[in-house]
Amino acid sequence: MTTPSMPKGARERRVHTGGVELCVAELGDPQQPTVVLVHGYPDSKEVWSEVAVRLADRFHVVLYDVRGHGRSTAPQPLRGGFTLTKLTDDFLAVVDAVSPDRPVHLVGHDWGSVQSWEFVTVGRTEGRIASFTSMSGPSLDHFGHWINARVKRPTPRRVGQLLGQGAKSWYVYLLHTPALPELAWRGPLGKRWPKILQRTEKVPGGDYPTPSLPSDAAHGAWLYRDNVRARLLRPRPDAYAHAPVQLITPLGDAFLSERLYDDLEQWVPQLTRRTLPAKHWIPRTRPDQVAAWIEEFVTSVEGGRPQPKATGRHADRFGGQLVLVTGAGSGIGRATAFAFAEAGARVVAVDRDAEAAARTAELSRLVGAPEAWAETADVSDEQAMEKLAEKVHRAYGVLDVLVNNAGIGLSGSFFTTTTDDWRRVLDVNLWGVIHGCRLFGARMAERGQGGHIVNIASAAAFQPSRALPAYSTSKAAVLMLSECLRAELAAQDIGVTAICPGIVNTNITSTARFTGVDEAEERRRQKHSARLYGLRNYPPEKVAKAVLDAVTHNRAVVPVTPEARGAHLLSRFMPGVLRGIARVEPKL
Amino acid sequence: MTTAVSSELPVELQGFRRVQRLAYECAEAVAARLEPGVTEREAARMQREWLRERGVRDWFHLPFAWFGDRTAFVNFRIPLQFFPTDRALAPGMPFILDMAPVYEGYTADIGYSGSLGVNPVQDRLMADLEAHRELILREVRERRPLREIYEDVDRLMVRQGYANRHRAYPFGVIAHKVDRVKQRRWSPHLFGFGTQSLKGLAADALHGHREGWSPLWSPYRFSDHPPQPGLWAVEPHLGFRGTGAKFEEILVVTDSRDPEQSAFWLDDDLPHVRRWAEAK
Repeated sequence: MTTPSMPKGARERRVHTGGVELCVAELGDPQQPTVVLVHGYPDSKEVWSEVAVRLADRFHVVLYDVRGHGRSTAPQPLRGGFTLTKLTDDFLAVVDAVSPDRPVHLVGHDWGSVQSWEFVTVGRTEGRIASFTSMSGPSLDHFGHWINARVKRPTPRRVGQLLGQGAKSWYVYLLHTPALPELAWRGPLGKRWPKILQRTEKVPGGDYPTPSLPSDAAHGAWLYRDNVRARLLRPRPDAYAHAPVQLITPLGDAFLSERLYDDLEQWVPQLTRRTLPAKHWIPRTRPDQVAAWIEEFVTSVEGGRPQPKATGRHADRFGGQLVLVTGAGSGIGRATAFAFAEAGARVVAVDRDAEAAARTAELSRLVGAPEAWAETADVSDEQAMEKLAEKVHRAYGVLDVLVNNAGIGLSGSFFTTTTDDWRRVLDVNLWGVIHGCRLFGARMAERGQGGHIVNIASAAAFQPSRALPAYSTSKAAVLMLSECLRAELAAQDIGVTAICPGIVNTNITSTARFTGVDEAEERRRQKHSARLYGLRNYPPEKVAKAVLDAVTHNRAVVPVTPEARGAHLLSRFMPGVLRGIARVEPKL
Repeated sequence: MTTAVSSELPVELQGFRRVQRLAYECAEAVAARLEPGVTEREAARMQREWLRERGVRDWFHLPFAWFGDRTAFVNFRIPLQFFPTDRALAPGMPFILDMAPVYEGYTADIGYSGSLGVNPVQDRLMADLEAHRELILREVRERRPLREIYEDVDRLMVRQGYANRHRAYPFGVIAHKVDRVKQRRWSPHLFGFGTQSLKGLAADALHGHREGWSPLWSPYRFSDHPPQPGLWAVEPHLGFRGTGAKFEEILVVTDSRDPEQSAFWLDDDLPHVRRWAEAK
């Protein structure tokens, strides 16, 4: 029999070890590499149910209830029954039962990760662990050394880090009081916990947490009492990892500071870092991303290559993520696609020009994208965009980052701008963005696992100009659309950013339309403005860097070039100056 | 493909071709000796010594060597950064050797790109340089203004997805004239450039200034003139995210009316050209 929240097809067995009986569940083909998932506190193995089903078609997935949790029995007496040594015995017993002749890939969350650090740093498990993926749970020994280093040499920054983590650990102190935690968990706290998780941690409800929560949490308090003080006061000096480690750090973790892992390289020779903008319970809130990273890491370790290929900026954040860029055939779009590719993202390059898109995809693969595809679509064409979205979602998946970049230039007096001109520029610059946000953003929101939308607006969105009425209008609309969407999608953890580049050396000038002049004069102006932009020579690569930074820090509005920053500042404090500049007719 | 009919080359051009071949031989010999840990300074010295042993006494400019992201001139702000540093070569790193020896009074200026082991990005850049070699020759034969050819090369680079890195050279030149140099017993150099060659360049610049042309092929207005007969060392330099690649070789421009004879590459038996031929 399986518990309701375990997926269908899970096989269960009981493993006897050190006076307790552990409940072990298995999914997937036992011939495949074994992945062991260890849960945290206050949890049971069901915390992994979402991740386990995503891994089950590729791996032999094993979950077990830690002693005293879920349907495993508790040691008698409780005091002294939860030491890391005993937990290591349990782990070895489980591994010997489920994968007697092959080392396993270990994955731990929260206290599961804390104890897994012990497994992966003690001698007797050597050869039994092929890799370890750690989430939100530091090694107590490393933690002890981390504190020691900061106490012994207290610079202001180090004291700040110490106090910060000290404040985040408030619950650890409470758990050390006798009897009270047990009373609370078996009483009101246990009852309210699911609601608290939903509200503060954004953990989706449903069949998690399981009904065993009050007793899990009450028993689990001994995890802290049996280990924390002992290890933090006398950390082992030899806690070196003997397997490659992947560290996944949720940046919004309320209980653990990301600074805890600053010195980790000295303990782990082969370390892969991953970060994601999420709170503590990522196995529940970000199962797709967590499963994808586990799969990638396990596959690469099995293939004998424990370090990732991509080493660009923010590779920890974007590795393996799916990114779509429109207008990726040139300029800022292409540079953005390359920057994401360098960070190890999977890239979908969309452009009107099929050849240019293909080129972007090809070069993306060269600089580090594990996969890159070219798609041809005109963003102003609603049907084409619908078709594109349908294909992307079917073939590649739901996007993690969408970059609405495609845009065209249009210059000329308001009175020489025809309605067709207006239509064209709004169709591409505004409707293109609307279609992108609508079609891809909807699926992102529906998935409920976060994401990010970047809209490339322009400094013209806040700098009026008599020479660019239509263009500036379209970009101002994009800016406001981004702000409104940001407000709406905040609840779903989807960030929206408007990038306002300014004068950047791209081919937007040579394709721009100049109204009110004949063809020869238009060509001359295109050439002339291209030369001016060339002299300014602000490279699109810097805009691409700003895009990645903006996504990483979830910024709302990002002016990029110095002139764009200046204009942005003036628009807030001295808009009159901008209005004065707007009256100047540029010589083209 | 376009070639000078080698047997009919005038004596003077044969002299230029001899020194260009010598320089490329040097580049290949030094490239073969590069190994992990060798620094740019050491690589530059290896080139200098190799050529000195074979009779080179004067330079248009002293040998350069760029490793890693310095092949794409990442974060170059001042010309002094072109000079060799203590950057050490590591497996997979791209490198560029650039030297301009004067031999028997003839000048060559060459650029050789390679990598220590495999570097797929640089391979791709090198393959894509072929189109530039063809474009430049075609448009020179059409007698298009140099500034326009420069812009067309620029556009092709952008279409290919690369950045123009010859823009980082002094005056942003894609090419410059080279000429014969008087052999002197003492041949000092100034900031890495041979004074004799600088003198020649200055004389050309003065001449050109009066007649409306320039020995420097740049994106600026002073290059807004049709190709000037003479020998041009052409060096398109592509950059892509911290990897650079270039070739540099002599383009002969004459005042002949026959397009084939009006411009041609001095030599088609060079490492990068052979490489493209092999790939086909």
